[in-house]
Amino acid sequence: MIGGMTILLLCQLLGELLARALHLPVPGPVLGMALLFAGLLLRDRWSPGAGGTDPGAPGLGGTADAVLRHLGLLFVPAGVGIVVFLPQLARDWAPLALAILAGTLIGIAVTGLLAQLLMRRLG
Amino acid sequence: MVDLTEIWVYLARDPLAALTATLLAWLAGLRLAALCRWHPVANPVLLAVILLAGLLLAAGVDYRAYFQGAQFVHFLLGPATVALAVPLYRQWHHVRSSALAALLAIACGGLAAAFSGVAFALLLRAAPEVTASLAPRSVTMPVAMGIAEQIGGLPGLTAAVVLGSGVTGATLGPAMLNLARVRDWRARGLAMGTAAHGIGTARAISVNATAGAFSGMAMGLNALISALLLPLLWRFFLG
Repeated sequence: MIGGMTILLLCQLLGELLARALHLPVPGPVLGMALLFAGLLLRDRWSPGAGGTDPGAPGLGGTADAVLRHLGLLFVPAGVGIVVFLPQLARDWAPLALAILAGTLIGIAVTGLLAQLLMRRLG
Repeated sequence: MVDLTEIWVYLARDPLAALTATLLAWLAGLRLAALCRWHPVANPVLLAVILLAGLLLAAGVDYRAYFQGAQFVHFLLGPATVALAVPLYRQWHHVRSSALAALLAIACGGLAAAFSGVAFALLLRAAPEVTASLAPRSVTMPVAMGIAEQIGGLPGLTAAVVLGSGVTGATLGPAMLNLARVRDWRARGLAMGTAAHGIGTARAISVNATAGAFSGMAMGLNALISALLLPLLWRFFLG
């Protein structure tokens, strides 16, 4: 658990440092995810079969599962911030509601249909 | 004689109470969602937020005071984003063959989600800072808040619309995909992750492992693409 958490934090820290050093507009955690993913693939290339289908680093798989199982909880504190924006909400509720509802459904339909079509064509 | 004011001052100032309340609200949200047999409309994130927001308003607690404690939970969003590499890695043999198609679909879908939201806001004449807050709506929360700051939105309002989009996607997304006859689990996952980020991914993971992996990948790639493109496009069209 602690080993896995350390790997996650190390990747995030490296991501944050890279983003700042190279002035990348990409957030640190997203770079960290790319780094961890690349690291796992590289490890497989150097020592194939080390981890099988599970990331071989001790505890990483279990920690990732534990954190992701309650992914929803992590959005709660920022979500409660809605209480600060009740005036904006009261004034612009119509565009906000329409943009959120229709915009999200349009995004889902476009992505899903396009992905299904492209995967049939490109395999 | 117990001095209630003193206890109240302690509770309002110490992070312990806010942290405990956040976890309790989340567990209550999960319990309520389970009572509704995990019906998509009973989203545990939404339920927990409504409970806590109501509590803060009723008790007159300042949001910043609450966040002092809740920030410990908020902090875990970073490591959780990194952790999405693990399901992606486990499904890599599955993902690799359709990587190009996935990338194209995510880029187009992510931009369609951003454009449609902004277009509705412009049509209905929302305040400029509200429109800017809506642009990164479908991007995962920490990234969206950063983008909003760059283009003149309000990061806090962005957090709220990101939450709203995620809950909308997680609750109505599966029905929309059925309606559009998208049956491929890979495509369904990509759609959920692109338009409804982590909340859609949480739902996708609970329904199907393949959909979960594609959803996590879509969320990460959409964050990457949006962080690179949205500020540029915003400056070009609306700046």
